[in-house]
Amino acid sequence: MKPWPAVCPSNCSVRPLAPSPAQLAAWLQSQHTELSTFTHCNLAPSGRGAAPLIQHPASKHAYVAHHQRTEVTRVLGCHSCCRIDMFSKGTKRKFSDDGDEISDESLAGAQVSSSYSLQRQSLLDMSLIKLQLCHMLVEPNLCRSVLIANTVRQIQEEMTHDGTWQVVTETFCGGSQSPSERLVATEVLCRSREQDAEPKLFSVLSYEGCREEEVVTDETLCSVSVSDTASDVCLSESARHCWERDEFVEVDRDDEACESSRLGPGDDDDDDDNDDDEVDEEEESSRVDPKTMGQVFGTFEIKNSAPGPDSALEELFSDVDASYYDLDTMLTGIQSAPKMGPYDLLDSLAPSHGPPSIGSPSNCRSDLNELDHIMEIIVGS
Amino acid sequence: MADIISTVEFNYSGELLATGDKGGRVVIFQREQESKNRPLSRGEYNVYSTFQSHEPEFDYLKSLEIEEKINKIRWLPQQNAAHFLLSTNDKTIKLWKISERDKRAEGYNLKDEDGRLRDPFRITTLRVPVLMPMDLMVEASPRRIFANAHTYHINSISVNSDHETYLSADDLRINLWHLEITDRSFNIVDIKPANMEELTEVITAAECHPHQCNVFVYSSSKGTIRLCDMRAAALCDRHSKFFEEPEDPSSRSFFSEIISSISDVKFSHSGRYMMTRDYLSVKVWDLNMENRPVETYQVHEYLRSKLCSLYENDCIFDKFECCWNGSDSAIMTGSYNNFFRMFDRNTRRDITLEASRENSKPRAMLKPRKVCTGGKRKKDEISVDSLDFNKKILHTAWHPKENVIAVAATNNLYIFQDKIN
Repeated sequence: MKPWPAVCPSNCSVRPLAPSPAQLAAWLQSQHTELSTFTHCNLAPSGRGAAPLIQHPASKHAYVAHHQRTEVTRVLGCHSCCRIDMFSKGTKRKFSDDGDEISDESLAGAQVSSSYSLQRQSLLDMSLIKLQLCHMLVEPNLCRSVLIANTVRQIQEEMTHDGTWQVVTETFCGGSQSPSERLVATEVLCRSREQDAEPKLFSVLSYEGCREEEVVTDETLCSVSVSDTASDVCLSESARHCWERDEFVEVDRDDEACESSRLGPGDDDDDDDNDDDEVDEEEESSRVDPKTMGQVFGTFEIKNSAPGPDSALEELFSDVDASYYDLDTMLTGIQSAPKMGPYDLLDSLAPSHGPPSIGSPSNCRSDLNELDHIMEIIVGS
Repeated sequence: MADIISTVEFNYSGELLATGDKGGRVVIFQREQESKNRPLSRGEYNVYSTFQSHEPEFDYLKSLEIEEKINKIRWLPQQNAAHFLLSTNDKTIKLWKISERDKRAEGYNLKDEDGRLRDPFRITTLRVPVLMPMDLMVEASPRRIFANAHTYHINSISVNSDHETYLSADDLRINLWHLEITDRSFNIVDIKPANMEELTEVITAAECHPHQCNVFVYSSSKGTIRLCDMRAAALCDRHSKFFEEPEDPSSRSFFSEIISSISDVKFSHSGRYMMTRDYLSVKVWDLNMENRPVETYQVHEYLRSKLCSLYENDCIFDKFECCWNGSDSAIMTGSYNNFFRMFDRNTRRDITLEASRENSKPRAMLKPRKVCTGGKRKKDEISVDSLDFNKKILHTAWHPKENVIAVAATNNLYIFQDKIN
């Protein structure tokens, strides 16, 4: 599902992810038709943690719960008969889809990786839903929230490393910049930043007036969460370089170009799937906290710098107004209104399809107007 | 109507057993004295006192309820005839005095037996009131209320070996209190980041060393334990020792961090070891060795392949506790399906037992249980898929001197003891 359409003027000084109300209205309209097939599939006995949403097979912009219960459970490895070695990369699975006996290595690899991506995506969705389902009466469990948030971060980091983490900025950029121009910008930004010796956190998504948080890392308190040694290299390098948030986006875009070429010509059948995966992950990423991308080192030392007024603190569920959906707010349960994440929106627009397990439609509808109003203020139109 | 038990704790002598529940009540059991008249009731625990410790509150600032659920109970060492315990919910700690009254004075001069005042002019003689026995009455009265010191949810309290101070830990901070002073506490650990969005680790449990009153430990959601010395600095953000086992890269998954989160930490009675409980295992650490535990016991390794389902239904966040026996030779912890596990550290033998009504006829031996992990299921074995994840044993306690254990299974309390022939 597409996130809020991203606005990205060429100078990238404006918060790129806040669409104009007109754009928002248009987006909502486009979603409405696709959401007619939305259904819920709640697997959790406790009622918490609804079924993960995966991409709609027909449309790459819709996010629906899988219709067939068994398929979902198999994907998650929940079904007792299907013991899947979940989330361990490189697991070879018997390729049973076509009649070829000897599976094409790249095709099988793509199949495995796409199912792994699917599983990973499901886990990401599940985690985001869990974080959104805050108990309104009692303060949510901070430990649980932190652990889920860390899981989301891990998935993001891995997706970034895979090159499947993208930000949809092209749509509204108008393609004004050529790839080479963007590369140059990257280099220049990187050079100027390297003069600072301190390690900085980096964020994926651009934010107006973003200043990197300066942190003092204490070796003994550091804990690096990476998925494999390759990630180790990737992340430690990024810690040495000082990534401007924009440049990271640019680099990723090039990665994406390389990624699609790597899949090879034999993947015509799977192109849609992979594209969907990538696009979904793109869309997904813009909804998820980009700041978490920089959280390689967990540290509890006192920060030296205070965050700026528009600090690059993308919220986990909303890319509209950071102060409104403060992570602190979320973690400590101060909520005056349900968060307007994409799932809430789905819920509010398709209430007739089963009991909503995420948020409540009436709250979301009233918040929609509020959201509209807020975005007007932000965009200044 | 019994409520879900949320904490279980023996006192220092083992004579009393306190339980706290989700409704804010504390129920104290007392062991029957052995007597020749009733030989069969040796060592039975009967209800001694029941009182409402905490009430639900409403935080008007945040528009949130504060649960009355009792998170922890800790007894104070007995110093006189009365018993003292600390009980805490998410925000407030209370010191309760439990005292007995089994005599009352009769023969007052100024009032009648029913309390009515006597006419002074009718009093012609003086008499000394006499203490007469009465039915035992156990009174619980709150002596101290330690409030407004925790922004986040309190997960642990621990009485110091000096018997004057105690610590309380929430998700991000640890405070040190004096038992006599309720309007002040000292913050000794603070891991709250300046920017909450950078929060990646929380405090999950904390405990004072049993003998060294300056030493305490706290565990984290990332599977680390920090030992701090209060003599080093006023703010113990810098640890003296840091315990962490290196991760096994071959078993890494997206759930690795969650299952490494430590749910309980307990010092051994000797003070030389400490034990930590994470989701799948119990680890015993030598305080002198920081880089890895000296013993690791798998509690329910068969759940490793089910982590995704357990994540989905939130069971992966269950916080199991663990406990030592009096001599530190055995440890115990709970599992699902009302199973609990005991490990003998010397013989390395382990046993799985079940706390359920069907299997617990009085004085009947408990039958060892086994979970079938794959392949052919033997008779009496339970397959992993038929485990009931709603029946979880999170709280267990071991008598400080004898082989008597208390196991809380949702809203039932089971007390088991060694069979003496």
